[in-house]
Amino acid sequence: MKKTWILWAILIIVACALPFMVSNYRTFQFTLVLVYAIALLGLNILTGYNGQISLGHGAFYALGAYCAAMLMDQAGAPYWLTVPAAGAACLVAGFLFGLPALRLEGLYLALATFALGVAMPQLLKFHAVEKWTGGVQGITVLKPSPPAFLAEAGIKLNPDQWLYFFTLAITAVMFILGWNLVRGRVGRALVAVRDQHIAAEAMGINNALYKSLAFGVSAMFTGVAGALGAIAVQFVAPDSFNIFLSIVFLVGIVVGGLASIPGALYGALFIQFVPNIADEISKAAPWAIFGVFMIAFVYLMPTGVAGAMRLLTTRRKAP
Amino acid sequence: MKTTVIVGAIAAALALPAAAQKKYDPGASDSEIKIGNTNPYSGPASAYGQIGKAIAAYFKMVNDQGGINGRKVNFVSYDDGYSPPKTVEMARKLVEQDQVLFLFQTLGTPSNTAIHKYMNNMKVPQLNVATGASKWNDPKNFKWTMGWQPNYHTEGMIYAKHILQTKPNAKIGILYQNDDYGKDYLKGMEDGLGDKARSMIVSKVSYEVSDPTVDSQIVQLQASGADVFFNITTPKFAAQAIRKAYDIGWKPVQYLNNVSISVGSVLTPAGLDKSVGLITAAYLKEPTDARWASDKGLEPFREFMKKYMPDANIADNFNIYGYTVGGTLAAALKQCGDDLTRENVMRQSANLKSLRLDTLLPGILITTTPSDYAPLEAVQLQRFNGKQWELFGDVMQSH
Repeated sequence: MKKTWILWAILIIVACALPFMVSNYRTFQFTLVLVYAIALLGLNILTGYNGQISLGHGAFYALGAYCAAMLMDQAGAPYWLTVPAAGAACLVAGFLFGLPALRLEGLYLALATFALGVAMPQLLKFHAVEKWTGGVQGITVLKPSPPAFLAEAGIKLNPDQWLYFFTLAITAVMFILGWNLVRGRVGRALVAVRDQHIAAEAMGINNALYKSLAFGVSAMFTGVAGALGAIAVQFVAPDSFNIFLSIVFLVGIVVGGLASIPGALYGALFIQFVPNIADEISKAAPWAIFGVFMIAFVYLMPTGVAGAMRLLTTRRKAP
Repeated sequence: MKTTVIVGAIAAALALPAAAQKKYDPGASDSEIKIGNTNPYSGPASAYGQIGKAIAAYFKMVNDQGGINGRKVNFVSYDDGYSPPKTVEMARKLVEQDQVLFLFQTLGTPSNTAIHKYMNNMKVPQLNVATGASKWNDPKNFKWTMGWQPNYHTEGMIYAKHILQTKPNAKIGILYQNDDYGKDYLKGMEDGLGDKARSMIVSKVSYEVSDPTVDSQIVQLQASGADVFFNITTPKFAAQAIRKAYDIGWKPVQYLNNVSISVGSVLTPAGLDKSVGLITAAYLKEPTDARWASDKGLEPFREFMKKYMPDANIADNFNIYGYTVGGTLAAALKQCGDDLTRENVMRQSANLKSLRLDTLLPGILITTTPSDYAPLEAVQLQRFNGKQWELFGDVMQSH
């Protein structure tokens, strides 16, 4: 028990010290890692814990991003307010999408969500909503500067560092939320539905409700991530949220570790940095190199990075 | 990280005495000019990646020939997969980590839009971007961004000018892709026609990139009674439109946008016999065109292709594009002399006086001024004769 606390303390110190040790560009990259981690956590609740495969989570990410961008651009809302707003919008959207999707199992659900992911960029370009979405041109978002009270308190941060801490705080909140959700009654119900839905129903779990709830909560996490991503990148356009994004999310949770909370963070590190490494190794075939990495990870760590870590710590404890 | 800082500090200290007369910003030194670029080497738009490869090969040639004012060009190009967030990340990497002097030929309208504000805030040039949108020529608000190719708006205006000269009572039907590219052309046409736009344009129909065909749109245009057809489409749809118009017996005067002038990938699938009479605008020489077979100006380009891009297809328009835009930058950098600051790179790029490059059509010159950031504004019209494009008329300016 004591050991875990020390580990936590170290993790928090490292996370807080990070932006002061690396360049602004790296800080920006780590902000994106946190953003992806939230999105992956969301997808993991749905796929890892509840066993519903989604190939369209990029669509909820896009929805969150556009919520944030439109609120800032059209309504002049402050950036911090757009994050819960995007989360709420995606919770509703996810729940509603989850209702009809309930009738679909396994691969059929994957296809339905795939359709959503494929359709999203085109829906965003649709000319009836172009007034708000900016069509193909997208929306440019202003970069938030650190709040005045920090400067008054004598803490000087540049916008990149501030954004990192802002994202870090929200990531912490979301992870605690996610952790609380899956380790309690709800979490057990989600897993029961995944493993044996008939048995779960016999135990009095409302399968339909839990499935759509999982969908809604999962979409909310991803939407929050989308809003933070839009603020960090300062630009949204339909081309940013193609089907590939959804697939990358799925890759992230599998590599990171299904049904694992820290797995989301490992997965985020993977999808943020491995494509860059692949690009540096070969310009001609970056995705082939990425594929090699992916196969290596899946082959060497069949339960994801999180699973491998678990194995490592239990082995050390065993003797 | 720390070692880099120390090495950087030492390098800076060493560079100081030498820099007494020469002026450098990050990325420039006595021996090197570091240039950043993003291109879609992967993903749905990876065909464009050929431009990045051609530019890299061009600077390899420049370096082999001694560089620019004795400095080697270090062209650092990253894959952004045509995804704007990735472009932002890569642009930041190039500017903040790799410390390039400036970005050059970053490709794609959405990708460049994503980094537009960032580059201008950082005061790092975003030079000769590879997109034809008209918004890159806005030196008042975006001093650090400049386009290169004739923009879609300009080209649309030139077609309008030609229609007014040759067919003042035309009834114009327009097919356009429903995005900023299509709308830029459309607006150019309307602005070019001026007051007459309302009466002359009898029908405007759009299509989405996701549409399987544009057949029904062509039927609709024919039904409107138009006798001039302005075809604002990307290659696949251009071929469909040309073929369908011919097949249903609609015989208007056809204007085809420069985006789809490739004989190999557009006119051949449409049917060369069905493409006779198409009018379009060009600014680059077509290397496979028989007219330039013994052209002296194209000889260096042919040598370059043989030596530096032996595996590439010379008929691929992107190669000559990359070669020519590389030449434009080389000229601007030569003009910078030993003052390689970001400020001066921008100043010289905005001060190209009638630059003549041999791969451009005769009579087309590159001119920029601090208030006009459009390097290429002239095109020449050409007509398809069933085998190849034939230039006609004079070089035309939009204004």
